[in-house]
Amino acid sequence: MDFTLDSEQLALRDAVRGLLGKAYGSIDARRDATASDPGFDEKTWSRLADMGVLALPFAEEDGGVGAGPAEVMVVAEEVGRVLAPEPFVEAVVLAGGLVAAQGTAEQRAELIGGLAAGESLLALAHLEPGRHWSAGAPDVTATRSGDGWTLDGVKEPVLHGARADVLLVTAAVEGRTALFVVRADAGGLERTGYRTFDGSRAAHVRFISTPAEPLGEPGADATAALEAALAAARVAYAHESVGAMATALETTSEYLRTRKQFGVPLKTFQALTFRAADMYVSLELARSAAAWATLVLADEPERAPEAARRAAFQVSKAGRHVGQEAIQLHGGIGMTAEYSVGHYTARLTAIDHLLGDGSDHLRHLAASVSDHGVVEPMP
Amino acid sequence: MRLRLSDQDVAFRDEMREFFTTQVPQEIRDKVRDRRELTKDDIVQAQRVLNAGGLAVPGWPVEWGGKDWTNLQRHIWHEEMQLACVPAPLAFNASMIGPVIAAFGSQEIKERFLPATANLDIWWSQGFSEPDAGSDLASLRTTAVRDGDHYVVNGQKTWTTLGQYGDWIFTLVRTNPDAPKKQAGISMLLIDMTTPGLTVRPIELIDGGHEVNEVWFEDVRVPAENLVGEENAGWTYAKFLLGNERVGVAPVGSSKRLLAQAKEHAREIRTSSGTLLDDPLVAARVAELENDLLALELTALRVAAHSADGKPHPASSVLKLQGTVLQQAVTELFVDLAGPDVVASGAADGSQVPHWARVSAPQYLNYRKASIYGGSNEVQRQIIAGTILGL
Repeated sequence: MDFTLDSEQLALRDAVRGLLGKAYGSIDARRDATASDPGFDEKTWSRLADMGVLALPFAEEDGGVGAGPAEVMVVAEEVGRVLAPEPFVEAVVLAGGLVAAQGTAEQRAELIGGLAAGESLLALAHLEPGRHWSAGAPDVTATRSGDGWTLDGVKEPVLHGARADVLLVTAAVEGRTALFVVRADAGGLERTGYRTFDGSRAAHVRFISTPAEPLGEPGADATAALEAALAAARVAYAHESVGAMATALETTSEYLRTRKQFGVPLKTFQALTFRAADMYVSLELARSAAAWATLVLADEPERAPEAARRAAFQVSKAGRHVGQEAIQLHGGIGMTAEYSVGHYTARLTAIDHLLGDGSDHLRHLAASVSDHGVVEPMP
Repeated sequence: MRLRLSDQDVAFRDEMREFFTTQVPQEIRDKVRDRRELTKDDIVQAQRVLNAGGLAVPGWPVEWGGKDWTNLQRHIWHEEMQLACVPAPLAFNASMIGPVIAAFGSQEIKERFLPATANLDIWWSQGFSEPDAGSDLASLRTTAVRDGDHYVVNGQKTWTTLGQYGDWIFTLVRTNPDAPKKQAGISMLLIDMTTPGLTVRPIELIDGGHEVNEVWFEDVRVPAENLVGEENAGWTYAKFLLGNERVGVAPVGSSKRLLAQAKEHAREIRTSSGTLLDDPLVAARVAELENDLLALELTALRVAAHSADGKPHPASSVLKLQGTVLQQAVTELFVDLAGPDVVASGAADGSQVPHWARVSAPQYLNYRKASIYGGSNEVQRQIIAGTILGL
């Protein structure tokens, strides 16, 4: 077992760190970028495309680079470090991953090609309002109409749903969950975008007999493709969270070193430094679990859903712990929008809930607890 | 990045597994599995089997019986040993004084002590802590005053684990009370525990057991040749020893094994609607512990794989802290699984209450020690805050 990055992966990390560090060298730059729609910087998105980052996980014949989960991990962690608002995990890993898994050759060439070039933004429309995380999606239905299909119902929240050029929509077809492609200019498509508490964007999306194209074989059950793409996205989010937690802890440590009260630096007080030490423990355990899940994605895909939940559960606990303590150890300044740590806590909170939260993962892990003696990390 | 072990490491793991499960007496391994108390002879016998196979002291220099293994191989050796219920080589010998003598002792002292230490022909005890010097070890007050060819030692050590079996004790003693810093006046002395004036007195612990002792020194005359390294340099050797102590102290394999046993027990405990393992709260608690142990094991693997350049990985400090937290959490789970059976701790083997349930509370109480010894978990937090976070 080896957790070290090779020289190409290190070069990728440095390149992405350079690009994102320049774009988001301060929390002000991030606040500026998220102040107006689409909630991220289109120029930075284009630069990521030029660098090949948006093409990373896709096969070369689909217009991708053919890189693996380790490269996705490297990028996601850098995204998290500076809280870059560009939708790398949402568009590339999750939506793009679904197209790669389920799309026809023609769909893959068009949709992944456009995504990789930074010309077409993909978004997954799966969540339904008032419903906890679920793999099914019964509230939007797909109906055959002549040669084609139409969709009816509401998806919300759809991350970047108002800005997206193409929506991938889960819909119920005779009790199955199928995937459909809906273009931004489709008739009967209503999108109302809004800001989310972590500075991102989401939308209420209503389908009224909206023409839709099946992704892959018409009406085929997409559960397996969803499960695979979700596992990859959960792991990528875990790395984005690890990057965010690392910065939140660095920022907190720096504050404890420099902020003075009672005439001495805050680091004089053991009540504070011990809590920072515990944050480090949480972070490193989460980092280990996330890196392991990436290795499993690359080498033992049949175990990926379980590994992704294990990593996501560890990260869920760590993210809450680190995020909450980062604010508390700062005191009042940590509550302000002009200071960085609160934004990190907000982002960690959003990630924790988008693809199933810690309790959801634990529920799944608990259900299979009698299936094994010990949990072995290696095959 | 790679998930799998290399072919070479797989072969190494299989070799370890084969040795531990075929060479170490089953009767001793059964005792470990069933959480029964090991006798002195069990511990000695197991270590001698390991030593005969060259597996007792792999961390030592090769010329003294060590192995030129990678850190990952040392990790595998340690894990496989725990999974096979093999008692680890006596820490006082293999992890503490042995490496110190090998690194700092004179050639004469090495030849005199190292082979006997590896084979457990000498049972070492640790004489570091004192009533007024616990986490603040450098405040120790036991004195050694030079008198001709001898040192005369006076004072008291405490928390001496298994001191009742000890043949020799390695001690930290104050040789220069006037040193400008208290750390600078300390030396390390090796003392034969049969020397007149040395008394071992038992301390009964909260589990009713006798595991630790006080050791009293009244005008104990120790030959000056038993000094390790140089006079007044003992603090350097102690820090070296304590650093080694931390690295080996995360008991991942044994906690994993115990948790698997806990599930088997939970499957046998009846509730009004099935067994305890069917209870969603119990299942969730087990699942969370399994996940925490996985994250700890992976962190240990990261540390093992990363320490190759000689510098410990920064995350190594997490291992002792979280390792003992989880070890204690597993002992707590056993108590909760036992339920009211837990009070049958005094029952004999004819009892209907299973043995694991009878020992669960004493073990739970006993393992409160884990977050105190080897540098308390508060000391570990101090290390993380100071050396990693710069606080």
